[in-house]
Amino acid sequence: MTRPHLTLRRILGAAAALLLLPAAAARADQPKIKVGLMLPYSGTYTSLGVNITNGFKLAIAEHGGKLGGREIEYFTVDDESDPAKAPDNANKLIKRDKVDVLVGTVHSGVALAMAKMAKDTGTLLIVPNAGAGDITGPLCAPNIFRTSFTMWQSGYAMGKEALREGKKTAVTFTWKYAAGQESVDAFKEAFEAGGGKVLKMMALPFPQVEFQSYLTEIAALKPDMVYSFFSGGGAVKYVKDYAAAGLKAHIPLYGPGFLTDGTLEGQGEAAQGILTTLHYGDGLDNPKDKAFRAAYLKAYGSEPDVFSVQGYDSGQLLAAGVEAVKGDISRRKALIAAMEHAKLDSPRGPLTLSRSHNPVNNIYLRKVEGKENKVIGVASPALADPGRGCKM
Amino acid sequence: MDFYSLLIQLLNAVQYGLLLFLVASGLTLIFGIMGIINLAHGSFYMIGAYLAFSLASLTGSLLWAVLLGTVLAVALGLFLEWALFSRFYRREHLEQVLLTYGLILVFEELRSLILGNDVHGVAVPAALSASIPLTDTLSYPVYRLFMSGVCLVLAGGLYLLIQRTRVGMMIRAGSSNREMVQSLGLNINLVYRLVFALGVALAALAGMIAAPASSVYPGMGTQVLIICFVVVVIGGIGSVWGALLAALLIGLVDTFGKVFLPSISGLLVYLLMAVILLWRPEGLVKRT
Repeated sequence: MTRPHLTLRRILGAAAALLLLPAAAARADQPKIKVGLMLPYSGTYTSLGVNITNGFKLAIAEHGGKLGGREIEYFTVDDESDPAKAPDNANKLIKRDKVDVLVGTVHSGVALAMAKMAKDTGTLLIVPNAGAGDITGPLCAPNIFRTSFTMWQSGYAMGKEALREGKKTAVTFTWKYAAGQESVDAFKEAFEAGGGKVLKMMALPFPQVEFQSYLTEIAALKPDMVYSFFSGGGAVKYVKDYAAAGLKAHIPLYGPGFLTDGTLEGQGEAAQGILTTLHYGDGLDNPKDKAFRAAYLKAYGSEPDVFSVQGYDSGQLLAAGVEAVKGDISRRKALIAAMEHAKLDSPRGPLTLSRSHNPVNNIYLRKVEGKENKVIGVASPALADPGRGCKM
Repeated sequence: MDFYSLLIQLLNAVQYGLLLFLVASGLTLIFGIMGIINLAHGSFYMIGAYLAFSLASLTGSLLWAVLLGTVLAVALGLFLEWALFSRFYRREHLEQVLLTYGLILVFEELRSLILGNDVHGVAVPAALSASIPLTDTLSYPVYRLFMSGVCLVLAGGLYLLIQRTRVGMMIRAGSSNREMVQSLGLNINLVYRLVFALGVALAALAGMIAAPASSVYPGMGTQVLIICFVVVVIGGIGSVWGALLAALLIGLVDTFGKVFLPSISGLLVYLLMAVILLWRPEGLVKRT
């Protein structure tokens, strides 16, 4: 008689078999829901991609890692924020991995390509950041959802806020590309509808950062205010140049939140007191935000930002849909209807979706204080994007 | 636009042109004298800016950061020439492009690993942080004037070095006939090594000086690289004097283009390049 040797290998084998058991049981029960995360995991937007992923996974974890009784399986693709590679990357998830839901992305150009793919293939798409109006405009479809914002929302809200502050004339200044253009157009729409006058709309090619000649122009025009959209490294340089040119004391600078979000470390003193509009901010006094911030800090060891919130709400939105059909995502109509009518308790405040599947939420007025974008009021309560061009 | 605004715009143009010159001068030296197409030149600018940021936060003074950073940049230049570039002088341009493109990727990744992808600001030294009021709404930062001053001093220094010193004579001789210089018993390898280190140091210095005004961010090197090549091509390859002329010209065209022809301002610089190349295919200053 030979007794089997209790070698390390056998122990490991047994342990592995034990570990696999619950998974196997679940598989026998119902297949996992496949979620494809197509986000930037390299390049300038890496941190945004990571924070969105963290937020999304936190929302799923709060549902016990299961939606409607089914486990979630993640597939990830680094989209490199490269629109040229977007169709290929989306295809990897849709055709190769056969995901049930596609989540992405940050860069508007890439997201537009994803929206086209989703429209063609019918794959459920949740956009956790990109703000291009077209996604919930001409490209809108029953299976395309967005949990972030459109550039229109923050621009429009600031146009109204500027009027309330008694501004009569403005100059707009941005990069010559879709996001910037949509932002300043929305500002102008609201500002001129209320009797304001935009003296000049200036734009420089993306991603140039030589602002000096434009600042001289602003000083010569002497408007009551300047509305500007820049982001990332460009926003840091712009805000510093604006202050260094001595304009800040005479002509206040306003913008959408992107002007001062994630950039305050670099902008320092030059950004203090700048007013911006966005759907999230620091010091929102609601219990959900406090709970979210604590849970996020505990799970990942870092403070969440607006991108974490958008990722989290993408997870919440998917959960609302899948829970409603009890995990049977083949009941597509019911799934989509449940997502459409979801009333999410977001860290940003109450969140519902518009007819074109874009978030309807408060746009907050925020003021830069130290290293924070402190919320000082609501610029536009429950503001919905008009969804122009959406036939649905 | 009134006369006064025009004058201020002129100041903007000259200031932008001078900064462009500082970065491009190193590129034109390496390109013209050693025949190396150095795509990594923008990375040296980026490295300079990040050196300024990390050394300034370490030592607490931008002056010390610039001094230390320049020494480090020279050392980096000497090392790269010894380890890599010295093996590429006789190779095809395509292979040089591949090498220097690879270096861009390596430097960007190292930057990301060591210092992360955040945008950083570098404080302007207190002595230079004031602004001079020009009109009731506009003032001009002293630091920008200081930058222009530094660029002018360096341009003068380069001129003296190349035209009036023994080393400069060897550099000029080496650029026109490498073998002849060697057979005269001069150590041409040493000359090349020094020129390369000088080129790297100039780009890094430009990055360090520009850091407080432009902030420090990923990808800043590639942005500056393209416009630098335009400067070098317009100015005439290898000519420092040509690079200065071209940089100032680009500064003027870019600035006044933005003021008077905003809809096509992005194109004007390239239009300028096309026109100059049609008129003088070798650039403004022909190599002798």
